Amino acid sequence: MSDKKKELKPNTYKFDTLSLHAGYQPHKNAGSRQVPIYQTTSYLFDDVDHAAALFNLERGGHIYSRISNPTVGVLEERVASLEGGTAALATSSGMSAIFLTVMTLCEAGDHLVVSSQLYGGTVNLFRLTLPKFGIKCTFVKPRDTEGFKKAIQKNTKGIFGELVGNPGNEIMNMPEIAKIAHDAGIPLMVDATYQTPYLCKPFEHGADIVIHSLTKWMAGHGSSMAGILVEGGKFDWMQNDKFPTMTKPYEGYHGLSFAEEFGPTAFTMKARAEGMRDFGPCLSPQNAWNVLQGIETLSVRMKKHCSNAEEMVKYLSNHESVAWVSHPSAPNHPDAELANKLLPNGKGSMIAFGIKGGKDAGVAFINNVKLASHLANVGDTRTLVIHPASGTHSQMDEATLKFAGLSHDMIRLSVGIEDIDDIKNDFEIGFRAARKPRLVSNQ
Amino acid sequence: MKFKVNGHEVFASTGGRPFDKKKPLIIFVHGSGLTHMTWVLQTRYFAFHGYNSLAVDLPGHGLSSGKSLKSIEEMADWVNNVIDAVGHKEASLVGHSQGCLVTVECTSRYPDKIKTLSLMGGAGAIPMNPELLSLAENNDPKAVDLMMDWAHGPAGHFGGHPVPGLYHINTGTMLAKSRTIQNTLGVDFRACDNYKNGFEAAKKIKCPTLSILATDDKMCPVKEGKKLASLIDGSQVDIIDNCGHMMLLEEADRVLTVLKKFITTNYPPLSS
Repeated sequence: MSDKKKELKPNTYKFDTLSLHAGYQPHKNAGSRQVPIYQTTSYLFDDVDHAAALFNLERGGHIYSRISNPTVGVLEERVASLEGGTAALATSSGMSAIFLTVMTLCEAGDHLVVSSQLYGGTVNLFRLTLPKFGIKCTFVKPRDTEGFKKAIQKNTKGIFGELVGNPGNEIMNMPEIAKIAHDAGIPLMVDATYQTPYLCKPFEHGADIVIHSLTKWMAGHGSSMAGILVEGGKFDWMQNDKFPTMTKPYEGYHGLSFAEEFGPTAFTMKARAEGMRDFGPCLSPQNAWNVLQGIETLSVRMKKHCSNAEEMVKYLSNHESVAWVSHPSAPNHPDAELANKLLPNGKGSMIAFGIKGGKDAGVAFINNVKLASHLANVGDTRTLVIHPASGTHSQMDEATLKFAGLSHDMIRLSVGIEDIDDIKNDFEIGFRAARKPRLVSNQ
Repeated sequence: MKFKVNGHEVFASTGGRPFDKKKPLIIFVHGSGLTHMTWVLQTRYFAFHGYNSLAVDLPGHGLSSGKSLKSIEEMADWVNNVIDAVGHKEASLVGHSQGCLVTVECTSRYPDKIKTLSLMGGAGAIPMNPELLSLAENNDPKAVDLMMDWAHGPAGHFGGHPVPGLYHINTGTMLAKSRTIQNTLGVDFRACDNYKNGFEAAKKIKCPTLSILATDDKMCPVKEGKKLASLIDGSQVDIIDNCGHMMLLEEADRVLTVLKKFITTNYPPLSS
């Protein structure tokens, strides 16, 4: 028998185990091995005292499925556990998660600093819709780290960005931008939809709030809309007087101070108590369950997504019909070093590439591929393609397109987990079609 | 609310209700390296039902200033000073883990002031694993990770927080890492390890006492909790199945139900 002293190690569950089990205890659910779908609007109170206790946040539990639901709650805990967060709040879509985050953080008269390279819908939210609520934004290019610092004003309440920008794949220097935010006493909010916690846990790099469209890789199956905000729990809302709605007594809950009462979970508690109550972007239990099915295989799928994406980068980089390829795994990617630091488990499966022949060639390519699906989504297990300038980002004017790093020859590719040879063969069909109009026009 | 004890500012959550001197006082004392937030699923109920509910941050912890106190005896005297500082003559005490050592010692020292004592995951002594103690005193975050692992029962490791969307282990980790580990957890663990008077103090306690224990508690096992309870005249014991040391979160509703019955019976609220 060895007398060597055994080193103490924490035996908390690891990522793959949490993907399958976190947030759920079968013995409290009739022994049901699968998470039950609580398809109900509301929940019985034991008595009047119990009802009052739930409404006053004196005890945990469910009142009405707009505010919370047990199936949705499992999803929330599961994602919080995978991200290393303290709490999470699931919503009906990724966009509603962003909106809820902003409305929990900001009031009329506030300002945000926002990365310019975002999903087109998010750009429109920040550029056109939030100003209607009195919240203004300054856009900064994601690689312009100093620009984020310069854009901070007295009334700035946070910095927001996608870690890897949609669709141009420019990477924010998250650790440095987090430091800029924290030096200014404001939180960093990161949309990490492209990464999932398997590829990157933004809280480990300084983010304070993480947002996902769960519709994408987290679910994977492309069947259900869902979003989530996750709280890191480190941000000190009481360090300054910038966040009175977090720190001062809130009339809506008998003078409750969310920061004092709930500390590392204060933001989520406020988002739920106020935001879900007043805006109501609740996730259906069926969709929560559907997303849970996807999360069970997250790490398995992400490995395949990433390996297929790297194969496609090599294939496209050497293809005669391709003018340029952008993906963080490409050695010539301007952010390759940063990508290696932030995305050690893989660089994701979103590729942007330029097709020779510009917009006409792009249209021909997309109209002729058969296996790849032409649609406005990413992160499906199936390969997806779109021409952003005429699709997801079509509501932008020329100047905004240019500022967001988009060009008319750009194809956005979300690499699926099909056999890689089948994806390449399909692309050959698309490229052949794309070359035809140019051959004709050259004659 | 904030007030001063021994010249240092103290933070205590009042459970979301204004402090009212007419109401009886319950003081909640947290465990090693933690803060008032561990009590959120107990304090708010009492605050809304006729009590002044004070979940304190011990000196140097959470939002309280000053340095962490180095002995359980000093902490016990500090709790007595809190009663004076908020203008009360008596109080009911509730402790968790290290907070049990503190409240047992405080009750034995100030028997006329303490009207009921509720102990959660308590024991007469909490000797520390030497390696864990060393990690905490050397500011190693692994000490927090180990504590969170051992403090949650097998069921608690899966989550299942009573408040939708909250995840136990990560929340506890953030609380324990919110201040410098060696100055909070390190000092607290050493204080627990050094404290030898728990069983003698228990023999002096005459007020109604409740011990809530958990079958899967690795840090203060049931047999240790029972041993302490056996030394206190008329002590009630309630044992929760499938639950670890963090019972006040893992089985918050059950804990509240038992606590509510015990305190309201033995230390009635101000009727509205």
